[in-house]
Amino acid sequence: MATLQTRASARLMMTPAVVLLLLWMAVPLSMTLYFSMLRYNLLMPGMEEWAGFLNYRFFLTDPAFLTGLLNTLLLVGGVLLISVGGGIMMALLLDQPFFGQGIVRLMVIAPFFVMPTVSALVWKNMLMHPVNGLFAWIARTFGLQPVDWFGEAPLFSIVMIVSWQWLPFATLILLTALQSLDTEQKEAAEMDGAGAVSRFIHIVLPHMARAITVVVLIETIFLLSVFAEILVTTNGGPGVQTTTVTYLVYVQALLQFDVGGASAGGIVAVVLANIVAIFLVRLIGKNLE
Amino acid sequence: MARAVSTRTRLTFTVIGWLVGFVIFFPILWTVLTSFKSEGAAIATPPQFLFFEWTAENYVEVNSRSDYLKHFMNSVVISLGSTLLGLLIAIPAAWAMAFAPTKRTKDVLLWMLSTKMLPAVGVLVPIYLLFRDAGLLDTRIGLVLVLTMANLPIIVWMLYTYFREIPGDILEAARMDGASLAKEIIYVLTPMAVPGIASTLLLNIILAWNEAFWTLNLTAAKAAPLTAFIASYSSPEGLFWAKLSAASTLAIAPILIMGWFSQRQLVRGLTFGAVK
Amino acid sequence: MGEIRLEKVHKAFGSTVVIPEIDLEIADNEFVVFVGPSGCGKSTLLRLIAGLEDTTSGRILIDGEDMTARSPAKRGLSMVFQSYALYPHMSVYKNIAFPLKMAGADKAAIDEKVRNAARILNLTDYLDRRPGQLSGGQRQRVAIGRAIVREPKAFLFDEPLSNLDAALRGSMRLEISELHHQLNTTMIYVTHDQVEAMTMADKIVVLNAGRIEQVGSPLELYRSPRNLFVAGFIGSPRMNLVQGIEAEKMGAATIGVRPEHLQLSTESGHWKGRVGVAEHLGSDTFLHVDIDGIGQLTARADGEFALRHGETVYLTPSPERLHRFDDAGNALS
Repeated sequence: MATLQTRASARLMMTPAVVLLLLWMAVPLSMTLYFSMLRYNLLMPGMEEWAGFLNYRFFLTDPAFLTGLLNTLLLVGGVLLISVGGGIMMALLLDQPFFGQGIVRLMVIAPFFVMPTVSALVWKNMLMHPVNGLFAWIARTFGLQPVDWFGEAPLFSIVMIVSWQWLPFATLILLTALQSLDTEQKEAAEMDGAGAVSRFIHIVLPHMARAITVVVLIETIFLLSVFAEILVTTNGGPGVQTTTVTYLVYVQALLQFDVGGASAGGIVAVVLANIVAIFLVRLIGKNLE
Repeated sequence: MARAVSTRTRLTFTVIGWLVGFVIFFPILWTVLTSFKSEGAAIATPPQFLFFEWTAENYVEVNSRSDYLKHFMNSVVISLGSTLLGLLIAIPAAWAMAFAPTKRTKDVLLWMLSTKMLPAVGVLVPIYLLFRDAGLLDTRIGLVLVLTMANLPIIVWMLYTYFREIPGDILEAARMDGASLAKEIIYVLTPMAVPGIASTLLLNIILAWNEAFWTLNLTAAKAAPLTAFIASYSSPEGLFWAKLSAASTLAIAPILIMGWFSQRQLVRGLTFGAVK
Repeated sequence: MGEIRLEKVHKAFGSTVVIPEIDLEIADNEFVVFVGPSGCGKSTLLRLIAGLEDTTSGRILIDGEDMTARSPAKRGLSMVFQSYALYPHMSVYKNIAFPLKMAGADKAAIDEKVRNAARILNLTDYLDRRPGQLSGGQRQRVAIGRAIVREPKAFLFDEPLSNLDAALRGSMRLEISELHHQLNTTMIYVTHDQVEAMTMADKIVVLNAGRIEQVGSPLELYRSPRNLFVAGFIGSPRMNLVQGIEAEKMGAATIGVRPEHLQLSTESGHWKGRVGVAEHLGSDTFLHVDIDGIGQLTARADGEFALRHGETVYLTPSPERLHRFDDAGNALS
């Protein structure tokens, strides 16, 4: 739908973005691939040698990796469950007419804009501290033993913090989807004698299915890379109880200076993310025309 | 058609809604309140909600002692710089894809999207080494570059979805009316695209401001933005809750306000147009 | 002046041929309508003339000058788009003034022309409004205003009335025809609606699958359609087409007779049938008549014609108004 002239200038205008992204993706990724085949530690410069798939073997058979993988799955799964489940309920709530709806909406989405290091520290100290934290005070008020959150359930604590950050995202998107539902459709169902519950199951939920899928996929992509929350609260500990795959790679790279091992771990992380990404890209691609 | 809802239902939902909203917002509110307490009041049990001695000393102290302003400026420069650079690269690309699409446009868009899904740890090692060798570690320039590339796909996508909503007819009308390509862009496209560009700008400042992987891994002291600065409070000696709260409040306030203004665009930007 | 000539114009998008090859001459001051079903290439042809698409091969001449490679701005044409394509961020005044501003006209001249156009189009009271605050018909007029201030060699209209409701469509049709008489400028008008084509055109170009099926005045096309496609497309309700034995009896593969050329009788006639649905329009009644061995034919009767569903009726085609077509669908003389 354009003349040759516009097409030519269009190609020229796309070039910088395409070339830069290509470089950004291809160069470091192929370096990671190459490093992952080397025995390469920054503490022993000049000792690099070809190692084949040895790094992968070490990384994948490291008990920390299995724990890390499990922790990653628990973290992602837990946050998804809380944020999507809670998001659906929040969206339904915010879709009802009530006084001060706009203000409540602002309060609900606010956590999404809080930087990860801030929310992690505020939760860890001011809310979840076993002695001075607010939760401990609430527990004592009700005559209960305060919970040492990060001592007894470190991974769950992180799941809570991250869920708090992502609940607004799910709420906002599901609310948008909910509001795009045709009222006439709901009214038609009501005329057909459907009650509130069956209207929700047969009309509202199917309508939101796409949005829910989008939320799940996008959150998964971001959650696989959760990092700051772990770094500032537990440093992956106690032991490796809150170490995820992402965090494990960071430890190997910047704390143990094991470039080879970290690279192998990085590639493993890329593969994991790609499994999700393929579904997401397909879904979004379908939406483009 | 909107239906009349009985006042009782409305009141019930008002109570539930405000209660839930309050609970979710509470950690932020608590942070703001604590920032006005003395350190003693901050850790007091039972906690003091409103009836404590309000003081602004934490803000004074945070600003004077820890060179807070430097980190704040780092955040400003890095988020604004990476967003503007990103827009500069993305606007022409999005224009081309929206108004002169070819068979491959869709593939290019999806490919750009897939680069956003590449986990950062996958390229952490080479980027770290490249930055070390190029002297870019702990520099603002380095972070601007990394964050530009990390957010470029989102910028391109957002602009693309906005541009695509501008009917091609209008640009063709301008062409028929005798406008050159430059005049078409200045007089017709830009005024119509300003809202879209503005919300893209806003969302990406938010994303860059809160980015906490690269900023933590590639900076030490000099170029550390607020994310990294706040993280330094995690060490035991930094457990001064009132000061942590003051620093946090300052770090999140500007972005929270921007976020509230751009909540609509956020949906579009973060779902790549899949949900509108 | 606004004489436009297309010579062997060919357009393909990749391997999809939209317009195989077209030759066409449009005289100065002529009102030409391109009509055809959707996807017939009529809009593409208009966009080729406008310069919004490149021709794959062939030449486009305006007033004898080869414009094929010229940019749209330099062809001296104005276009009214289906969506009106008004600039939403500019007032009506600025919308109309935009082409003049692009041409670098001075302020006083712009003002005079804009106000003049606004007066012709009854827009004087709306000059400060934004397009979003106007009704469909007013937007349409603004789009026309923007087209006329340039004093172009020819106006191009791309289905300009398709977004309006029926009543407004009728009155805008009159306004555009009126405008043509006032301005005395060539107009090329694209539509899929044969009523618009019949009522407005000096010359109709019937297009189908990128090919010209027939060119002629409305009455020429009505009286002597060159083939089945034109016969079926021009005229409302559609011409009745009959194949098989009845057609063979008259020495044709297909015969066609318009509803208004069937004589009705309750006593005797050529074909005997039963009345199906009768549509009463007041002035006319359209009867859908089922005839054994032929199928359903539509016949026009008087508005007061009183026949009920299921009653018997006889139809007789007027011999001089009967159209005969051969196997390939071309008219037999």
